[in-house]
Amino acid sequence: MPVTHITNQFPQHDCGGDVLAVNDLHFSYPDGHVALNGVSLKLCEGDKVALVGPNGAGKSTLMLHLNGILGGRGEVEVAGMRLMRDNLPAIRAMVGLVFQNPDDQLFSPTVFEDVAFGPLHMGLSEAEVRSRVDAALEAVRMTTYRDRLSHHLSVGEKKRIAIATVLSMKPSLLVLDEPSAGLDPRARRTLINLLRELPITMLVSTHDMKMVQDLFPRTVVMDEGRVVADGPTADILKNEELLTAHGLEKP
Amino acid sequence: MHFDAFDRYHERESFLHHLDPRVKVVIAILFIVSNALLPDGAWDAFLFAWAFVLIANVVSKLGVGYTFKRSIIALPFALVAITVLFSIPGKPVFSLQFLMWNFTVTDMGLLRFVSILIRSWLSVQMAILLVSVTRFPDLIHALEHLRVPAVLTTIIAFLYRYLFVLTDEVFRLLRAREARSAAAAGSRSGGGVAWRARVAGNMAGQLFLRSYERSDRIYNAMVARGYVGHLYTLNPHEMKSSDYYVSALAVALIFITQMLGRF
Amino acid sequence: MLYSPIPMHIPDGFLSLIVSILCWGVTAGVVGLAISKTNKSLGEKQIPLMGVMAAFIFAAQMINFPVAGGTSGHLLGGALAAIVLGPWAGMLVMTAVIVVQALLFQDGGLLVMGANILNMGLATAAVGYGLYRSTFNQSRTVKLAAAGFAAWLSVMTGALLTALQLWLSGTSDLQIVIPAMLGVHALIGFGEALITVSALAFILQTRPDLLGEGSESARGSRIWVGVGGFIALAVVLFSPLASSDPDGLNRVAMDLGFIDTAQSGAGPLAGYTVPFLASASASKIAAGVIGVLVVGVIVILIGRGIKAGPQS
Ligand SMILES: Nc1ncnc2c1ncn2[C@@H]1O[C@H](COP(=O)(O)OP(=O)(O)OP(=O)(O)O)[C@@H](O)[C@H]1O
Ligand SMILES: [Mg+2]
Repeated sequence: MPVTHITNQFPQHDCGGDVLAVNDLHFSYPDGHVALNGVSLKLCEGDKVALVGPNGAGKSTLMLHLNGILGGRGEVEVAGMRLMRDNLPAIRAMVGLVFQNPDDQLFSPTVFEDVAFGPLHMGLSEAEVRSRVDAALEAVRMTTYRDRLSHHLSVGEKKRIAIATVLSMKPSLLVLDEPSAGLDPRARRTLINLLRELPITMLVSTHDMKMVQDLFPRTVVMDEGRVVADGPTADILKNEELLTAHGLEKP
Repeated sequence: MHFDAFDRYHERESFLHHLDPRVKVVIAILFIVSNALLPDGAWDAFLFAWAFVLIANVVSKLGVGYTFKRSIIALPFALVAITVLFSIPGKPVFSLQFLMWNFTVTDMGLLRFVSILIRSWLSVQMAILLVSVTRFPDLIHALEHLRVPAVLTTIIAFLYRYLFVLTDEVFRLLRAREARSAAAAGSRSGGGVAWRARVAGNMAGQLFLRSYERSDRIYNAMVARGYVGHLYTLNPHEMKSSDYYVSALAVALIFITQMLGRF
Repeated sequence: MLYSPIPMHIPDGFLSLIVSILCWGVTAGVVGLAISKTNKSLGEKQIPLMGVMAAFIFAAQMINFPVAGGTSGHLLGGALAAIVLGPWAGMLVMTAVIVVQALLFQDGGLLVMGANILNMGLATAAVGYGLYRSTFNQSRTVKLAAAGFAAWLSVMTGALLTALQLWLSGTSDLQIVIPAMLGVHALIGFGEALITVSALAFILQTRPDLLGEGSESARGSRIWVGVGGFIALAVVLFSPLASSDPDGLNRVAMDLGFIDTAQSGAGPLAGYTVPFLASASASKIAAGVIGVLVVGVIVILIGRGIKAGPQS
């Protein structure tokens, strides 16, 4: 698919948006700063999409909209459900959002308590909560860390546990904000393999273009609160003009 | 960087480590209350209580002298009790001449002073042992089960979790201050006390704002996982038969301590 | 030094059982009230906020600055916490800090924790907030000056309470402990005031919204002005009284049964009996009853142990 010049008029990626559909989303922070300026985006079952763009492009802000922590003007639909006040709990169970800093994500004293937080607050039974915690830790290969104290973990371990904290909610969409930032090469490699294996639709913001190339078939480029490109990763990485215009580098 | 100098917990495979945290908390508190109830000069009882502590040390596999070595922290506070040496009437033991004052230490005063120190020292050892064999999160669970209000235990859990993160931040700030407070050769660095206090205050203000913003992000992370203002926890502890037996034994020993102290 | 405690955390052993229990009573009452007030008035954001703020106070207590002669000034934080979070939330935050200090570092005892919370958490927050609240619509300078005075007085209040508890427990002499505690803490309070004021100035400059109209800080009602003023007045009036008429106070304490006759030499065993069980036969009977109860408890525990059976 041919992609894209530095305009707002580019062909939308060819997908109906059965997992996520964002349409013309606008948002300004209370101090007046316009962070999102008409974002549209569609994700389908099984998509693994990279979200790239310079610092301050609005990636984190967009992600905070996907399960209703911020509420801008425009439409957000998750699995066909329009995001509104009364279906927030249902949507939060479907969208697993992992924040950039694992020290904000892991707020409980122990790993178990943190991974159990989501399922517990979904109102599941104790047995179900326990089995989900075990399954989530298994999925990130951290079963032996169940009873560890969060503040004793290394950064890489924290990141993986942070992913487990939302996997335990069995989300249909995983949204990760800069998961590979601050990791050493081995931890980064482990994380990439983990993300590759996880059979979930995911949207991942990152500055790690090597990871984008290795892992994501599709890439969305954001800048100044807009989506400026959306297409197959290979095409986007070929387009040097686009990359330099938005402060990105070829891997 | 981790800040582990704080955590007194010592991992061992011992019987005490596996005891139910509620049992440990209650026994420790009973022991400390019992110390407070012992009369001055109840040497037998003090000795018995100390034996209790020593045996617990051994059972915990931390070593006989473990709590003893760490128990000097309460000593500086003994200063406040020093006046009882002179003020309680009794037979004079010896006198101190200090400038124009003459202090006479009485036998009753000495008895009371030493008793206060021993009570304190025994209690501190028990408290040290408690946290050395119980992980802090388990202590929090114990408090929850012992009906401490959930708001408080939750704040304590957050405090424990972010203690390490924020003290790391303090050390980064302190290091930054050190790196910048150079002194010209021969002169003392930094301005007057007020100026230094202002630097410290700015650091506190900075830390406050960072913490405040962090609490916002944590709130978001909680909300993203379904928090709507009510907290649920899952920490069932089941009492084993050994927990009951140990409780019974401890109650008996503490009772014997009291009997020794009184009759 | 990583962690330098303020000489106000009383360890176990220095307060009598009666004084400890009385302080626990007051503390439990006030903390219970604080919990019900915060439950009612505060949003769901409050829980993580108070939690992180507790960690903040804890960490901020480690920020020190050299004063003179190897000593250093640092923060207790009760006034600051109450000023930025409002009085009730400030009290809960300070309570958590003192609990963790006692549990994690044995800085302050367990049985006497009620007293420590009262002295360093509740009283400091009440005085600090009350005096600061009285300057609500004033200029920045007046506010900061009031905060400084409030911080200083909050430390003095804590010190005075500590001294009184030590005296009522028969651990210290009134004539000595009050001037000594207040003297030391007049200096410590000065450091407290300096840090509190600079921290507030910093916050007022960078995030004035956190201290302005409609913030947590403004939540406390004007009643606090009265509470703070009252405690301040009590501290100011009581301290000279205590040093001018210690005998009178001693007599009062003796009449109330706090200080017993041990101090006039009735023998070692009379020392620490429960005051209202002073007579020998009464305490024999009490001992008998307690003995029966203890045996009952032991039997029940063993019974439950047998029923529970061995589990992993
Ligand atoms: N709480 C806030 N208040 C005001 N402005 C904000 C806030 N958070 C972010 N912004 C601004 O909104 C814009 C978008 O920020 P956002 O964090 O979404 O960017 P980002 O693409 O995630 O950048 P990065 O790659 O650095 O993480 C930035 O200009 C930022 O300064
Ligand atoms: Mg971001």
